[in-house]
Amino acid sequence: MGPVVALHALRFDWDAVPCLDIPQFELAAGEQAFLHGPSGSGKSTLLNLLAGVLRPQRGKITVLGTPLSTLSGAARDRFRADHLGLIFQQFNLIPYLPVFENVTLPCRFSARRHAQAGDMRAAATRLLEHLDLDAALWHRRADALSVGQQQRVAAARALIGAPELIIADEPTSALDADRQDAFLDLLTRECAANGAALIFASHDKRLAARFSRTLALPDINRAGGSA
Amino acid sequence: MMPPLLRLATASAWNRRAALSLTVLAVALSVMLLLGVERLREQVREGFAQSVSGADLIVGARGSPLQLMLYSVFRIGEATHNMEWSSVEALSAHPAVDWIIPVSLGDSHRGYPVLATNQAYFAHFRTGDKRPLRLAEGRAFGGLFDAVLGAEVAHALGYRVGDRIALAHGSGESGLAEHTDKPFTVVGILTRTGTPVDSTVHIGLEAMEAIHLDWQGGAPIPGMQIPAGYVQKFDLTPKTVTAVIVGLKSRAAVFSAQRWVNGYRGEPLMGVLPGVALAQLWQALGYGERALLAVSVLVVGVGLAGLIAVVLAGLDQRRRELAILRAVGARPRDILALLTLEGLGLTVAGALLGFVLLTGLSFVAAPLVEARLGFALQIGLPAAHELFLLAGVIITGFIASLLPGWRAYRVSLADGLTPRT
Repeated sequence: MGPVVALHALRFDWDAVPCLDIPQFELAAGEQAFLHGPSGSGKSTLLNLLAGVLRPQRGKITVLGTPLSTLSGAARDRFRADHLGLIFQQFNLIPYLPVFENVTLPCRFSARRHAQAGDMRAAATRLLEHLDLDAALWHRRADALSVGQQQRVAAARALIGAPELIIADEPTSALDADRQDAFLDLLTRECAANGAALIFASHDKRLAARFSRTLALPDINRAGGSA
Repeated sequence: MMPPLLRLATASAWNRRAALSLTVLAVALSVMLLLGVERLREQVREGFAQSVSGADLIVGARGSPLQLMLYSVFRIGEATHNMEWSSVEALSAHPAVDWIIPVSLGDSHRGYPVLATNQAYFAHFRTGDKRPLRLAEGRAFGGLFDAVLGAEVAHALGYRVGDRIALAHGSGESGLAEHTDKPFTVVGILTRTGTPVDSTVHIGLEAMEAIHLDWQGGAPIPGMQIPAGYVQKFDLTPKTVTAVIVGLKSRAAVFSAQRWVNGYRGEPLMGVLPGVALAQLWQALGYGERALLAVSVLVVGVGLAGLIAVVLAGLDQRRRELAILRAVGARPRDILALLTLEGLGLTVAGALLGFVLLTGLSFVAAPLVEARLGFALQIGLPAAHELFLLAGVIITGFIASLLPGWRAYRVSLADGLTPRT
């Protein structure tokens, strides 16, 4: 099996200001990488590129063997729905939907994720249990949950239907130190259990210790970065 | 399970129900106004048309055909000239004429018009779908000072058969000289027709003549008083009448009969085809109707604009929500569909609620309208042209909803996964 992510001669500018210039980067299947970079180093831009929301001006992004950089917008959206799980810093959930529906949302946009999840209810239940979320909360509105609980629901949503790549952008920065550790444990364990590769982006170097591989974005990026 | 977009749109709208329900109510009220104006217009027309079914010609002194129709059938306005009784007799003798109903107007009773006529009125006058007049109580007038009341007159004034009433000279509510010396007895009350008949007091032509024997120029002649018991000694054949409603043996003869009337040598007369005169009336009222319709269409436009404004205003607070949807795989066109669906759904809800409100209002107002305006409000499923209007509102709402949809599309393309809020 080839790499989950392969970047080659990637170049992205914001209004002609160079932001990313990455000659080479690869992430192996099931690998968990810590991507470190201060804010403004181009982290978010890189994650938007990997998720297929942005398109590079030059170079090649290959995800799971698919040349993402050459796909149409709609095809990249479909690809994201089928193969990627995303977790952000906070406000990950649709506030007015119950927890359960938030978790199963990717299955509604992707037939593949739906098929791989099998019974949606069972899959969501299993993930929420593994992520230590009290069953009493499952049918609450998402915005009734604490930030830490919301992040765990977001992780369950990213993992449902077994996507091959999880991208997490500062998912723990809104949590206190104890909860950061607990969340990281759960996330890395579930990614491993699901066989998903993980790119975990953060400005907080202390978290790097838990990852088999640590990357500093300024090291692989020849451009200064700006977003 | 609902498709994701529909489920998301309804859940999201429900989440903002406080703000949205007000705009839906605004749309509903505007739709109610639009449909109400249309329905009232239709029913006024229908009511007018129902008031003269079966009559082929209305004949009166030469003047405005529309005015002749208005006062002889709808009791609106007053006659300026009468026609001679000899003309009535000549008309009656015309070979094409099947029946005639002579009518005299001018007096009133507590605001309700008094119509003097003869037995032919009860035999030949038709309302609505060619329905003859029916008595709910009592009988048609036989004696000289007998009166037959329309259903509304009896209902509103609480009259029963056997009550005595005094007529007033002229029309209006108050300040009129009354014929108190010659009171009438209510001998019959008609069933409701939904036409001006309901608010009319009917008396015999001879009675009309009798109460005016000692009158001249609209006032009692000073020093002259003829007691009710003596009037029989006078010739009570009317000298003039206001108009004659004519039924022909064959409809085909209507134009030749009209020509005969218009060319009558005894005095200047005119014959009016009720349908033609009504068409003139609608033409005259057309500008007003169109203005009213235009205003209500504008009000619907204002309602929809308000709705779109609220959806647009909510968009900025929903950028995070749209980014989340993009992250789980929604395409920008799904975002467009989501917002358009929301606007469309709100419009449909407003249109349906408007119809429901109108139906409810009709239920409440029907008795009042029937009493005051003399026609029945129709209640039920929307008629074809109302469906057309509702569809127009919904299509307009859909097109307008493309605006927030398109803006959300742009926003979600620009924001990607990281909304700049």
